[in-house]
Amino acid sequence: MKRRDTLKALSLSAITATIAGTEAHADVPKKPVAPPSLSDFKNGKSAAELARDAKIAAEPFFSVHEMQTIRLLADFIIPADGQFGGATEAKVGDFIGFIVKDMPQHQTPMRGGLVWLDTQCAKQFGKKFVACTKDQQIKMLDQIAYPEQAKPEMSQGVAFFNLMRNLTATGYFTTEVGFKYLGYVGNRPNAWDGVPAEVLKKYKLSYDS
Amino acid sequence: MSFQIKEQPIVYDVCIVGSGAGGGMAAKVLAEGGAKVALIEAGPWYDPADPKYITQLKNPWESPRRGAGNHRPFGDFDAAWGGWEIDGEPYTRKKGTEFDWFRSRMIGGRTNHWGRISLRFGPLDFKRKDVDGLGDNWPIGYEDVKPYYDKVDRLVGVFGSVENIPNEPDGIFLPPPKPRLHELMIKKAGKKLNIPVIPSRLSILTKPINNERGSCFYCSQCSRGCQAYADFSSSSVLVKPAIKTGNVKVFTNAMAREVLTDKEGIATGVSYVNKDNGQEYTVRANVIVLAASACETARLLLNSKSSRHTKGLGNSSGVLGKYLHDSTGASRSAFMPHLVDRQRYNEDGVGGAHIYSPWWLNDKKLDFPRGYHIEYGGGMGMPGYGFGFGMENTNGKYAGKDGKIKPAGGYGLGLKEDYRHFFGANVGMSGRGEAIAREDNFCEIDPNVVDKYGIPVLRFQYKWSDYEIKQAKHMQDTFEELLLEMGGILNGTKPGPESNYGLAAPGRIIHEVGTTRMGDDPSKSVTNRYSQLHDSRNVFVVDAGTFVSQADKNPTWTILAMSMRASEYIIDQRKKANL
Repeated sequence: MKRRDTLKALSLSAITATIAGTEAHADVPKKPVAPPSLSDFKNGKSAAELARDAKIAAEPFFSVHEMQTIRLLADFIIPADGQFGGATEAKVGDFIGFIVKDMPQHQTPMRGGLVWLDTQCAKQFGKKFVACTKDQQIKMLDQIAYPEQAKPEMSQGVAFFNLMRNLTATGYFTTEVGFKYLGYVGNRPNAWDGVPAEVLKKYKLSYDS
Repeated sequence: MSFQIKEQPIVYDVCIVGSGAGGGMAAKVLAEGGAKVALIEAGPWYDPADPKYITQLKNPWESPRRGAGNHRPFGDFDAAWGGWEIDGEPYTRKKGTEFDWFRSRMIGGRTNHWGRISLRFGPLDFKRKDVDGLGDNWPIGYEDVKPYYDKVDRLVGVFGSVENIPNEPDGIFLPPPKPRLHELMIKKAGKKLNIPVIPSRLSILTKPINNERGSCFYCSQCSRGCQAYADFSSSSVLVKPAIKTGNVKVFTNAMAREVLTDKEGIATGVSYVNKDNGQEYTVRANVIVLAASACETARLLLNSKSSRHTKGLGNSSGVLGKYLHDSTGASRSAFMPHLVDRQRYNEDGVGGAHIYSPWWLNDKKLDFPRGYHIEYGGGMGMPGYGFGFGMENTNGKYAGKDGKIKPAGGYGLGLKEDYRHFFGANVGMSGRGEAIAREDNFCEIDPNVVDKYGIPVLRFQYKWSDYEIKQAKHMQDTFEELLLEMGGILNGTKPGPESNYGLAAPGRIIHEVGTTRMGDDPSKSVTNRYSQLHDSRNVFVVDAGTFVSQADKNPTWTILAMSMRASEYIIDQRKKANL
C-alpha cells in the first residue's frame, strides 16, 4: 500500500469534501489589481514564498571552485559506507549552496573559511585543497576537525570545519538516504499504541506502574 | 483611482473581526443561532485538507531549506502565515522595554499551528488576588465558565485523564495516548520528586467525534494543520461549520481599520482595507464582536476615536491596552546516556508531549507568586534543519557505538555512526508560568508610525518584574532536579541571573492577554463580565483581551469558553431586544 493510500484508509474516509465557494467575493471588484501572493497557494506555499525560493535558488553565490571544495569536504565528513550513500548521493553540496544564500549569516564564515583552507594548504603543500593529494587533504583536515586537539593557530579552521560539519550533517540527514541510514521510520500515518514491549523490558519500565 | 469608501448595502446582525479561536467560536454560535454574520479576517482563506495548503507529512527534502525557520518562524512547513515580524505591518517598543508580537494572518489565525494544549482555568485562577493580594480577581469564577468548558470539550474534543486535582479541573475527555519512552522516564523521576506527571490535555481526536472530522493518525505534526481535521483549529472546526449554516459571509484579506460609531457613540459597523485591491470598505452591523487577538483588538479600539470616544472606543477608563501580560517561559535539556543506540520504531505520536506536569505547589510558600506547568520534549523526532548541529559538543564527551570516547568532532564513517548512535537521546523541558498583570505593561498607539495601510501601529512597553524572574529561577531548579533524577547530563550551563534564568522575552510564548480586561467597575475595566464594552453596549470582545489574569494555562480553551458564553449572551440579549 502506498503511503497516500494508507492515509486515506486510515483517516480520510470520514471527511467531507472541501467546502467550495465559501469566500466572499461580492464586494471585490471584478479585476483585482492584487498582488497574487496574498491568496495563491501551491503545495503549501504562497506564491510569494515560491517566487522568493526560486529567486534564491537562481542567484549565483559560490564559484565553481568553491562548490567543488564544499562537495569534497562534505564527502569527507559523511562518506558512503557499504550499505548507504554519503554526502554526494544525498546531494549535500546543492543543499549547502542554497542554504548559504538563504541564511546570509553563513556567507562570510563559509566563503572566508574556504579561502582560509586554501591558504593553509598552499602554505603547507603549495596547492589549493582540491588539488592536494588525498593524504595531504587528510593531513589538513586532521588539523582542524578535532576542536579539543587542534593547535591554537588552527582555531579559525576549526570554526569553519564545525560549520561545514553541521551543514553537512543537516543536509545529509534531511534526505531519503539520511532517513534510511538513521533509521527514522516516522512521518507516516500509523497507530500509536505505546512503546514496544521489548523496549519497555529493556529499560525496566511498564505502563502499569 | 478615486478614493471612495465602498459601503455594503446590507446591515448584518453581527460583524466579527478575526477568525481565530474567539472569532471562530462566535461565528459558529451566532450563525447557528440564526444571526446573519459578517466575518472579517486580515489574511487569506486556509483549509488544511486542500492540497494547495497541505504541508503535513511532507518530508524535509521537499523544502529547499529543510524546514528551517528563517522565514516562517516555526519552520517552512508550519501553518502560521505571519510571525513576530510581518512585512509592512510594524510595531514599536518603548525604549528599554521588550515585547515581541506574533500574528497569524489567515482563516483560523494562530489556532492553525498552536500546541493544542487545552487546559481549563481552575477556581483559584479566577481569584488569585484573594490568595496573594496581587493583580485583580476576575468578576466571574470557575462556576460561571464551567458549563462552557464542558460544551467546548464536547464540541471540539480533547483528550486527557480524570485526576481530581483541585485547581486543574477535569474535562470531558477522550482517551489519552500512552506516554513515549522518555516520557515514562520523566514520569518515574516525577514520582520520586513528588512532581505530578499526568497525561497531556490536548484537543486532538484520539477517537472520532463526528462525521466531519477524522481521528489522529499520529504524525505529531499538528503545527502543520491536519488534513483529517483531527486537531482543533478554528478554521476547520468552527469557521467551516459556521459557513455551512448559510448565515456567514467571510471577508478574507480584510484588514480592519476602525469600529465606526454614530453621533450617539453607538457602533454601526467596521471599516476595513481590502488587501487584494487596496480599496476601503465598510461593513455595517447591529452588533460588533472583536476577536482580532488581545493586542490587535486593543489597537482597533484605540484607533476608533470619535467625539464621543476621544481616547478610543471603550477607553473612558483609560485602561484599554493596559495589563498586557504573556506567559513566562524558560527551558533546559539534558543528554540521556542510557538512551543511546535506541531500538528504532515510530514514536512520532500526537503533536506535542503525551504528558505534562500541572502546577503542584499551590499550598507551598515560595518567594514568587503564582505557578507554572511543565511541557516536555524528546524522542526520535523527524530530522529537519539543525539536525546534527553541535556534534563536536557530544561525541567527545560520551562513548560511541564501540564503547570508546573519541576525540570531539571529527569526520568520516566514525562520525557518521555517531549521529545514528546519539539519535533520540536528548530530553528537554519548558515551563509556562503565570505573570502578574500590571498597569505599566501595556500597548498604546505610536503617535508617529503607521503600517502600510496607513493604520497607526502599536507601541509596547513591557518589563518583567522580580516575580517572573524568581519564577524562572524556580523552573531552572526544577528542570535540573528532574533531568538529573532521570540520569541525564545537563546540556549547556544553567541559566543564571545574567539572563533572568533563561526567562523568554515577553511575547515569545504567544499567550498575550489582558488588554481589554473585564470587570464590574467601569473605571477599572474595559468590558463587563459578559465581555461587553462598558462604553458601547453593542460591542463585545471575545479574544484573550478580556482576561484579568492568565493563569499558567494556555489561553485557548478559556478563549473558546468565554467566546461561547459571550455569544450566547448576545443571542439572549437580542431576543430580549436589549441589543
